[in-house]
Amino acid sequence: MNAEQLYEMLKKVQEPKGYYFSDDAERVADLMKDLLVNKERYGYMVCPCRLSSGDREKDRDIICPCVYRTEDVAEYGSCYCNLYVSREWNEGKIPREYVPERRPVEKMF
Amino acid sequence: MSVPPVKIYSLSTCSHCKSTKKMLSDCTIQFDYVDVDTLVGDERAAILEDVKKFNPKCSFPTVIIGNTVIVGFKEKEIKEALGLV
Repeated sequence: MNAEQLYEMLKKVQEPKGYYFSDDAERVADLMKDLLVNKERYGYMVCPCRLSSGDREKDRDIICPCVYRTEDVAEYGSCYCNLYVSREWNEGKIPREYVPERRPVEKMF
Repeated sequence: MSVPPVKIYSLSTCSHCKSTKKMLSDCTIQFDYVDVDTLVGDERAAILEDVKKFNPKCSFPTVIIGNTVIVGFKEKEIKEALGLV
C-alpha cells in the first residue's frame, strides 16, 4: 500500500464518523508516509507523533487512530498530530491551538 | 545579540518535530537534535531520562533554548525564547 492508497482508504472510513483529514495537504501526505514507515518498522501503524515501545500491546492506545482522538477532537477540534480534525477546525471556526499530550506518561514506560 | 544554544528532542516521524526543525532552519538558527525513535536500548533509556527532566510528559518535540523549555511546536514561544520577536 502506498501513501495515496492509505489516504483514500482511511478517508472513506473516517469521514462518515466525523473525522476529517486536516486541510494542510502537505502535512497529511507526510503523515501518511510516516504511518507506513511505522508499519514497516513495528508491524502496526502507531502514531507518528509518539514514541513507540515496539510492543503492540503496550502501544495499543496509540495505534492510529489513537484512543485519545475522540477527546482531543471534541476539545480542540484536532487530534494530537493535527491529522484528524473536525469540520469546524478545517473551516477555521476553531482556533488552531497546540493539542497537548493527553496520554498518561506511565503508559510509555 | 547571541542566540542561546538550541537542542531538540524529537522523533523522525513526528509532524510537530518536523515543523519545529523547519522553522528553525528557515530562521537560520543552528540547533542540535536527537531523534529518539532511532535510538535503542540503553542509549534510548538514557536520553529519555534527560527528556523527562525537562518535560515530565516526555512528549515530542521538547525544545531547549538556553534555560527555557518549550514542549511542542509553539512557534511564538520558540521565537520569543530566541529573541526573534
